[in-house]
Amino acid sequence: MGKLDDYIPIVGQAVIDDLRLAAEKLKGKTIQHVNSTAVGGGVAEILNRMVPMLVELGIDTKWDVIHGGMEFFSVTKKFHNALHGKQEDITQHDFDIFMDATRANINNLETRGDIVFIHDPQPIGLISKKTDNKWVWRCHIDVSNPNLAVWRFLRDFIDKYDSVVFSAPSFSQKLPVRQFLIAPSIDPLSDKNKDLPQETINSVLNKYGIDNSKPIITQISRFDRLKDPVGVIDAFLMVKKHVDCQLILAGGTAVDDPESVEVFAEVKEKAKQDSDIHILLMAQNDIEVNALQRASTVIIQKSLKEGFGLTVSEALWKGKPVVASAVGGIPLQIAHKYSGLLVHSVEGAAFALKQLLNAPDYARKLGENGREHIRNNFLLTRHLRDYLLLFLSLYHPENVVFF
Amino acid sequence: MTEPFRFCTRLHLSELTGVRASTLSELLEAIRTVSGACIYHHTHRFLQQHQYLSPEPPNDFAYWVENVLGEARLGEKLASIDVIQYPSLRSLREKIIQVIEEYLQKNPSAARRFVDPGAEFHFIKSISFVFPTSYVANDLKELADILKKITIDSIYYHVFESRLRLEKGNNDLSLWIENAIGDKSLADRITRLDPYTFTLEDLRKRLVTLIERSKHT
Repeated sequence: MGKLDDYIPIVGQAVIDDLRLAAEKLKGKTIQHVNSTAVGGGVAEILNRMVPMLVELGIDTKWDVIHGGMEFFSVTKKFHNALHGKQEDITQHDFDIFMDATRANINNLETRGDIVFIHDPQPIGLISKKTDNKWVWRCHIDVSNPNLAVWRFLRDFIDKYDSVVFSAPSFSQKLPVRQFLIAPSIDPLSDKNKDLPQETINSVLNKYGIDNSKPIITQISRFDRLKDPVGVIDAFLMVKKHVDCQLILAGGTAVDDPESVEVFAEVKEKAKQDSDIHILLMAQNDIEVNALQRASTVIIQKSLKEGFGLTVSEALWKGKPVVASAVGGIPLQIAHKYSGLLVHSVEGAAFALKQLLNAPDYARKLGENGREHIRNNFLLTRHLRDYLLLFLSLYHPENVVFF
Repeated sequence: MTEPFRFCTRLHLSELTGVRASTLSELLEAIRTVSGACIYHHTHRFLQQHQYLSPEPPNDFAYWVENVLGEARLGEKLASIDVIQYPSLRSLREKIIQVIEEYLQKNPSAARRFVDPGAEFHFIKSISFVFPTSYVANDLKELADILKKITIDSIYYHVFESRLRLEKGNNDLSLWIENAIGDKSLADRITRLDPYTFTLEDLRKRLVTLIERSKHT
């Protein structure tokens, strides 16, 4: 795992100096992060990186995970979909299940620290343990058009926090508490993003029986309807009529996402239409994801909704041309026709993929621009700096804070 | 004994307001009522987020009006507001309001134009955190040497934020060079620069060159 100084060759000395300057003002504070899973999904991935760095900066930081059974996670998955605006039948029984699990976690999970940092809706009810310390709720979900029943239910909790954090401006709502814009990030030194030798990339392709003599289109995502894997196959089949290429759909499942098994089965069935479609159900293996992204000609992220879409940042950081839906935080990462192509439909995705496969110079330029944009705005060091400033803001309500 | 120049640096965090606009009228109404920290954010964001590119879209209002709402002529007028002429965020806000009001009077149909859901203008506040650094200059030579190596956030703070947001009337460098060093000529040359037309790295180079050419260095 990278130490702070290891990032200097990538982001420059000044960025690391600034982190130390801000962290100095938080000396003596303790921070507790709470979320619902230790592995799988973007939140766990970021916390795995962020917590050791906060500790290295001298800030006493802990990370705890709430508990919940399949029933609870089925309900929170429904909440998740409903907050994304998907039609879901939410009943009083669902709210009761949520509250039962919340009460159990309130009793069993010790909250401690000057700042308690709650991630996403699953642990949101812990706020009733708030004393005179500071509480932040970090929403990683696109709530620009939420199901109102679920949103109102959550508002009773949200309004008790000191501050709320969203990943994109369009997610913000009128709230009685301060709300901040902090985009997530990728770690350039992690197994998922570090440079890889060609032999490693080749061995991963061999393992999955992929021949790289044909252009490769890849979507890396959990098997989730909101990632629209079926739409990706439809777009690929349109492209395949004109360009001989292959498709990789690779991803895993997370313990808090029971729906993914069902979606995987559907995708597997649809993929039978073409032997150039490779469906890879992968256990958490960051080196393999990294290798597949680097082996790809074009990366696609055709999500219907997206909290942020870190797979886009990962692909751009590797200098890859990207076709992605203009949803959630993706337009923050891609300026259309400058650092990638934004699309709104299956047909649009197919057209953009054909353009990039047939114009490699243009595709390369988009990838280069994308890499610089990620370097300046979406690496872990910027995310860490924003969190330090967020923590400071809890003690300083003014618009210009002097130290 | 000359009062030394103490370098600070400034880091910023974006605070969301939940205020959004989908028409020109809504944009105008919000510009009238949001905090000065919003006006500052939307007229200065590009300077730091796209610091390596020049020329830059100078403000978010101009970009949205032209590229999202589709009012290119108003976008051009908003983009050409000469920010360096305005001594305070209050006066800059009044100028932006005046430009939009005049346009709406001449083009009443523009008030009926609206954007699709998802393409609204979202008002964001810029929250600044100002930290003292260990760098201190006692004379112009030391000032130039430090300017060569200090972060661009520090240069940004002393040139842009001090003058407009803290309403000091001038940038910190010119104020110190005139009052502590007594070199009014150099101070005036730095004051006359329009820093909005430089990338921050180019601005650093220009400042160093001007100071090193001064007879007091």
